[in-house]
Amino acid sequence: MDVEETRLPGIGLRHDLVTAQGRRVGVISQRNGARHVVLYDERDPDATAATIELTAEESEVVAELLGAPRITERLSRLREQVESLATEGVPIEPGSPYVAATLGDAAIRTRTGASVVAVVRGEEMIASPTPDFRFQAEDRLVVVGTSDGVAAVGDLLNPR
Amino acid sequence: MDLGHTAVLLLELGAVLFGLGLLGSLAGRIGLSPIPLYLLAGLAFGTGGLLPLDAPEGFFSTGAEVGIVLLLLVLGLEYTAGDLVENLRRQAPVGVVDLLLNGLPGAALALFLGWGPTAALALFGVTAISSSGIVSKLLTDLGRLGNRETPAVLGVLVIEDLAMAAYLPVLTGVVAATTTGDALLSVSVALATLAAVLAVAVRHGNTVTRFVGARSNEILLLRVLGLALLVAGAAEAVHVSAAVGAFLLGIALSGEVAERIGDVLAPLRDLFAAVFFVFFGLSTDPSQLPAALLPAAALAAVGIVTKFGTGWVAGRRAGVGPPGRVRAGAALVARGEFSIIIAGLVLGSVPAAFGSTVAAYVLILAVLGPLMPRLVDPWVRRLAQRSAPPRSSP
Repeated sequence: MDVEETRLPGIGLRHDLVTAQGRRVGVISQRNGARHVVLYDERDPDATAATIELTAEESEVVAELLGAPRITERLSRLREQVESLATEGVPIEPGSPYVAATLGDAAIRTRTGASVVAVVRGEEMIASPTPDFRFQAEDRLVVVGTSDGVAAVGDLLNPR
Repeated sequence: MDLGHTAVLLLELGAVLFGLGLLGSLAGRIGLSPIPLYLLAGLAFGTGGLLPLDAPEGFFSTGAEVGIVLLLLVLGLEYTAGDLVENLRRQAPVGVVDLLLNGLPGAALALFLGWGPTAALALFGVTAISSSGIVSKLLTDLGRLGNRETPAVLGVLVIEDLAMAAYLPVLTGVVAATTTGDALLSVSVALATLAAVLAVAVRHGNTVTRFVGARSNEILLLRVLGLALLVAGAAEAVHVSAAVGAFLLGIALSGEVAERIGDVLAPLRDLFAAVFFVFFGLSTDPSQLPAALLPAAALAAVGIVTKFGTGWVAGRRAGVGPPGRVRAGAALVARGEFSIIIAGLVLGSVPAAFGSTVAAYVLILAVLGPLMPRLVDPWVRRLAQRSAPPRSSP
C-alpha cells in the first residue's frame, strides 16, 4: 500500500492513498492539530467529494476506533507466542523463611529463572516491585516464567 | 456644541472602526472578501468622498504602515525556510511563467498610457501577484484543501511571496533614486542586504526565536511587535522596504513559538490591515475613479485570463487533469493586499491616475476572485465528465 505525502505550504501535510476498492482517501494534518479527512470524487480523482473536519481530540478518538481492533488482534497473537510461559500466584505462607525479607534477599530470578512482576497484598496490587520491596506474610506474588521455574519459586519461598 | 479635539478624534475613529465591523460581517454574509468594502469605505471617508473625515488622518497613516508590517510578518510566520527552499527548487519555472504572464500586461498598459517606467514596474507587480490572504481563505471555505491541485496553487502563492521579497527592494530602490546610476547602486545595496538577511533567517532562525520567546503572551506580543518594527524600520532605511524586513523576520521565527506569535498577533493584524486598506482608499481621489474604470476593467479581464494560464501550467506540472487545472486558475484570480502594498509604495512618484486605476483594479478582482471558482464550476463539471474514466461497476 502506497501512502503519498504532500506538503501544503502554510497549512501542513496531506497524506493520501488509494484503497483496494479504488477510492482515494486523504488526511490533511494542520499544524494546529486539526485534521481533515478527505474523500475524493470518483469521476474527478483530483477533486474532493467530501471533507470532514476533526478537532485534535476527535481525530484521536477516530484513530483509536480505527486502530483498536488491530491492537486486540496483535495482543492475542502475542499471547499465543508466549503460551509456553506460565503465570501463577505464589503465596508467602506465615511459616515462610522470607517473611520480612526483601525481594533482593530472595534472589528469585537468579535462583529459579522466573520473575516477580507484581505482588498482591490484600486489596492492593504493587506492580513491578523493586529489590528493596519487603515481603509480609499472606502476600501473593505474581510470577512469570517456565512452569518448572514457577514451581521452583513455590518450593523456594515455602520449603516443606 | 463645541467638541474638543480628543472627542472628535475618538468619535470619528470609533465610527470608522464600527462601520468596518458592520461591513466585514456584511461581506461574510454574502461570501465576499472584506478588502473591497474596506477600500470603498476609505474612498467614502477621504477628501471628495461622501463623508470626509479629517481628525483620524494621522492615526490612519501610521496605522497603515503598522498594518503592512503585521500583514507580512504573519505571512512569513506561516512559512518555514524549508518550505520556501523546497518550493523554489520545484516551482521556479511555474513562478517565472506566472509573473511574466500576469505582470507584462500591467507594465504594457502603464507604458501605453504614458505613466513612465516607475509606474510600469509598479503595475507589473500589481497585476502579477495574487492575494495570498483571499486565495487561501477561499480554498479553506470551499473545502478544497484536499484537492490535488491545491499544493500547486499554494506553491504559486509561495513563489509569488518570495518574488515579492526580491521585487519590493528593487521598486523602493528605483523610487528613491533620481538618476539611473543611483538606482542601480541602491538596488544592488538593497538586494545584497536582502540576501544577507535571508541567509541569517534560514540559518539562525532558532536564535532569533529564542530571543523573542517568552512565557507570558503579553511580553511575547511586545517583544515581537517591537522587534518587527525595528527590523522593518532598518529595512526601510536601506531601501529594502519595511514589508520585506517584516516578512523575513516572520520566516526566521519558527516552531511552536511562531505558532503562538501567530495567535497573539492575529487580532492586531486584522485591525491594522483594515486600517491599511482604508488608508489606501483615503489617499485615492474618488472623483478620478470613473475615468479609471475602463482601463482597470480591461486590465482585470486580461488578468483573469492570464491567471487561468498560470493555473493550467501549474496544474499540468503537478500531474493534475484538465478540470483541476481550471480550478487552480480560478482560485488564483483574486488580487488584494499585495497589489495595494505595491501601489502604496510609489503613490508619490507616479501620476495620480495610477492610484485610482489600481484601486478600481483591486476592487474588481477582489470581488470577482472569490466568485470565480463558482462561476467556472459548470465548465469544470463538463470537463470532468469528458475526461472521466469509464465507471467499472454498473
